[in-house]
Amino acid sequence: MNAQTSLLHTARWQSLEFVFWALAFASPWVLAQHALIINEIAIVALFAVSLDLVLGYTGIVSLGHAAFLGFGAYSAALFAKHIHPDPLLGLAVGMSAATLLGAVCSLSIMRGSDLTRLMVTLGTALILLELANKFSDLTGGADGLQGVIMGPLLGRFEFDLMGQTSAWYSLAVLWVLFVLARRLVHAPLGATLKAIRDNRLRAMAIGIPVTARLVVVYTVAAGIAGAAGALMAQTTGFASLDVFAMDRSADVMLMLVIGGVGWLYGGIAGAVAFKLMYDVIANITPQYWTFWMGLFLVVLVLVGRERLIRPWHWFSTSARRGGAS
Amino acid sequence: MLTLLFDGVAYGMLLFILAVGLCVTMGLMNFINLAHGAFAMLGGYVTVVLMQRHGVPFLVCLPLAFLASAAVGVLLERTLYRPMYKKPHLDQVLFSIGLAFMAVASADYFMGSQQQIMQLPDWLRGRTELFADTPFVLGMGHYRLFIIAVCAALTIGLQYVLSATRFGSRLRASVDDARAASGLGINVNVVFAATFAVGSGLAGLGGALGAEVLGLDPTFPLKFMVYFLIVVAVGGTSSITGPLLAALLLGIADVAGKYYIPKLGAFIVYALMIAILIWRPQGLYVRQGGKS
Repeated sequence: MNAQTSLLHTARWQSLEFVFWALAFASPWVLAQHALIINEIAIVALFAVSLDLVLGYTGIVSLGHAAFLGFGAYSAALFAKHIHPDPLLGLAVGMSAATLLGAVCSLSIMRGSDLTRLMVTLGTALILLELANKFSDLTGGADGLQGVIMGPLLGRFEFDLMGQTSAWYSLAVLWVLFVLARRLVHAPLGATLKAIRDNRLRAMAIGIPVTARLVVVYTVAAGIAGAAGALMAQTTGFASLDVFAMDRSADVMLMLVIGGVGWLYGGIAGAVAFKLMYDVIANITPQYWTFWMGLFLVVLVLVGRERLIRPWHWFSTSARRGGAS
Repeated sequence: MLTLLFDGVAYGMLLFILAVGLCVTMGLMNFINLAHGAFAMLGGYVTVVLMQRHGVPFLVCLPLAFLASAAVGVLLERTLYRPMYKKPHLDQVLFSIGLAFMAVASADYFMGSQQQIMQLPDWLRGRTELFADTPFVLGMGHYRLFIIAVCAALTIGLQYVLSATRFGSRLRASVDDARAASGLGINVNVVFAATFAVGSGLAGLGGALGAEVLGLDPTFPLKFMVYFLIVVAVGGTSSITGPLLAALLLGIADVAGKYYIPKLGAFIVYALMIAILIWRPQGLYVRQGGKS
């Protein structure tokens, strides 16, 4: 097998992936009573895929990814409330708003160490939270933006209380954006991103325009996160301040880590695992579930997250660690 | 006006004491510790419990808070933190967030989720006004005056230890380049364990002092984590003057911002931080030549 075919081989769709997506699309129909939670999982999975582009593929530690989720959610909700109730138009508006914000914010992650990036991304989300709180006549402030009524999807499918329409809608958007992200990371652009993650200096030395690549990936990821936010606002008919909260950013990072970073299915697997785990733990101890979550994190890191989750992928991270030192 | 400045300075000094340990550990081991606030919370709870339930005088509680946090700090450093130093930053962030979560839930479990109320001794209550009849009225709460005095003494002490003692020069050498320092025969591990203990102890002391000003409830580590990190990120990790300046700036900006534009609240602080970090990504004070 020569180099080209082996490269193409990793990028090709595997049969297991088809099975996975077929199962995913069948799930709202088979598990009709759990359609609402399937919808939720699809949305957070989309959010996790977006963070994976930034964190897993490019190595930017971001604690403020909720900024884009929240911005997309509020844009879509406001658009539906004041301009037009069509969901797809709202989705486009939410995505483009978040994409614009991402392009602006990408200026802030160019320089500095991991700590600086962490603080700047966190600060961005907190600023948006403060602004949403301040302009309460537009956003509803701490009460949240209520009274968002969505029109039927494609003019035909009403959003029902069972959540089946929502689940299929979110799954479809997840699928489309996932295919896009998958194409992106297997394209030469994705290879340069991984090069930047592994060793920024060497990437620069072989002629990769690091700054431009960072802008592109951050903007795209922001757009995807905005889509997740728009879906969230549309399917719940509600947008509240907590979409900007730090918990969201921390949760999504946790999901990604559970599923495995630098692997697009990691975001989806992590979202499923996280939601199920959350349900189980919160049922046992509703008040102290953060303790077990924290313990899980500590143990996960101490044991080594690669070994615990993806034993067959350990070599890719060891290469990264060697490059980063 | 001057009162605001005074309150801001007191607040800033408090933040400095809380965050200085974080600066040193971050500079020394390049370790992002988001659980630092948990040590401060521990100090606060130790003080509250000792004072309310056992009637220990306030001035005795402060050193005890320091010792308790330092002991827990050194214990955790030896057992849990040590394997983390060589890991990537993402692992460190996850690990320390996990610790902070556990601290929050444990405090909730043992102490209850309500805000703890601190009974100050009588001589610390009250307020003195200077220039009362002029436009520049300066109202000084006695407790805030006490905080400023304690923190200023601690700062001078720290500066002296860092710049004039043998331990200080070892510490500075280790911060600049741990490998070269250990090559010169400095036991970096011991230096680091001692620093970590003192840093957590200072956080505990800050938590004890600040319980009345900042409020003490189980979400303390997460609520103030952002502030500590701002101090470290803006101030830089190579000296203690940088964090001191950053803490004072943050304290004054926060108090003034909340007074003049109450609805925007913390907006000013975050905007200021982002502006400074875009302008100088490594912090305000970076010594040239040190290994970043």
